[in-house]
Amino acid sequence: MKITVDEEKCCGAGQCVLIAPEVFDQRDEDGIVVLLDAAPPADRHEGVRESADLCPAAAIHLHEDA
Amino acid sequence: MSTPSGVLVVGAGAAGLAVVEGLRRKGYRERITLLGEEAGLPYDRPPLSKQVLAGAWEAGRTQLRTRDVLDALDAEFLLGERASALDDATRTVRTASGRELKADAVVVATGLRARRLPGLTGPAGVHVLRTLDDATRLRGELLEARRVVVVGDGVLGAEIAATARLMGSEVTLTGPQAAPMRAQLGHEAAGLLAALHTGHGVRLRPDTLVEGLETSGGRVTGVRVAGGGTIPADLVVAAVGSTPATDWLAGSGLDLEDGVVCDSRCRAADGVYAAGDVARFHHEALGRSLRLENRTSATEQAMVVAANILGEDRPYSPVPYFWTDQLGVKIQVYGLPTPTATMHVVEGDPAQGRFVARYDDEGHPVAVLGWSMPKQARLHRQHLLDRYAPAPPPASAATQR
Repeated sequence: MKITVDEEKCCGAGQCVLIAPEVFDQRDEDGIVVLLDAAPPADRHEGVRESADLCPAAAIHLHEDA
Repeated sequence: MSTPSGVLVVGAGAAGLAVVEGLRRKGYRERITLLGEEAGLPYDRPPLSKQVLAGAWEAGRTQLRTRDVLDALDAEFLLGERASALDDATRTVRTASGRELKADAVVVATGLRARRLPGLTGPAGVHVLRTLDDATRLRGELLEARRVVVVGDGVLGAEIAATARLMGSEVTLTGPQAAPMRAQLGHEAAGLLAALHTGHGVRLRPDTLVEGLETSGGRVTGVRVAGGGTIPADLVVAAVGSTPATDWLAGSGLDLEDGVVCDSRCRAADGVYAAGDVARFHHEALGRSLRLENRTSATEQAMVVAANILGEDRPYSPVPYFWTDQLGVKIQVYGLPTPTATMHVVEGDPAQGRFVARYDDEGHPVAVLGWSMPKQARLHRQHLLDRYAPAPPPASAATQR
């Protein structure tokens, strides 16, 4: 799995960080998403998928085959 | 409970789509149908009053998922088709075009309709904002408008006023409260928001009831306010709230009371669930029913519905959350500030335009507000868990560990 994030779309809600704090963080100054791990290990995939589905700005994109 | 042999989701907004995604993510492989009133692919609403209205985004950018991602869900999308009736006993939905759809589980996710007050409808130049089409129409006229009056001082009204002002119009924001968004922010923070708007040249007419419209030649020319007087306008936006889209459920057997009444599992009847803005659910931790018109709640609740359809037994007990972006400020609120709560700053400084505040009621934290400090506000959210989302954690969180 490979993750990309759209910083322009991100609204800084931080939902992804609440679900998968090992993979996502937020910038201190404006709360925009910071991708900590663009290719996380398999045991984190479910949390990442939930983050992508829950993201209120549809700003997390997953490439499952990558 | 056995796994349903088919799921019908009525409403193709954020909540409806999230139910479909949640079901598939959890491995559900049976038939799923998503019925949506609007013809286009599912889109996101928060940008409508901001990026779309301002012209920063093209309409297509609001699309929630690409066509490829939607195709991969392997669900039947029936778009541009309005549900007209539900029989809860047989879980049969009839559509406006006469189709009959039946499923083992039905999810109501039909959202809201903009409220239209009799005195605020009719003439040209009067708008509401709920759909993408509404936003496109409103933007077209905003580009030409000189004097804009926004009626309604809630979140949407304040956002529209902010966007219209940045587009260069003269803008008046009027409503019954002492300051915009007072119900959501409390007295102090609403005062800061009022100052922000005034500082950008938005004219505020607080504590004002609107009586009707002045027109000339079928077009609006002003807004008549109680106690005499008219605010001149060549464009009026009525942002006076919304009503749950439940008209089609009359006679369905479901309990309708400002939304579809559900239990804490978001179940409205046997095999019938509700998610998103339309759902009035029992919040176990608060011990009362709640209906949230929040973007994040739509998807979070949809995930719980998907889990419960598949036989889990998860209560929906969220920490309510919303955000709004106005005039360069990002406001985020976790929890529900009570009318008697007092606000105190816990980080940053209002004078610097960045702070986090906590709302306490009788010594207990009830809400957290971030003013251009999103990450820091989110970190304070943990103080609200006891009130809104006490242990045990949701099943999905538990299995991740």
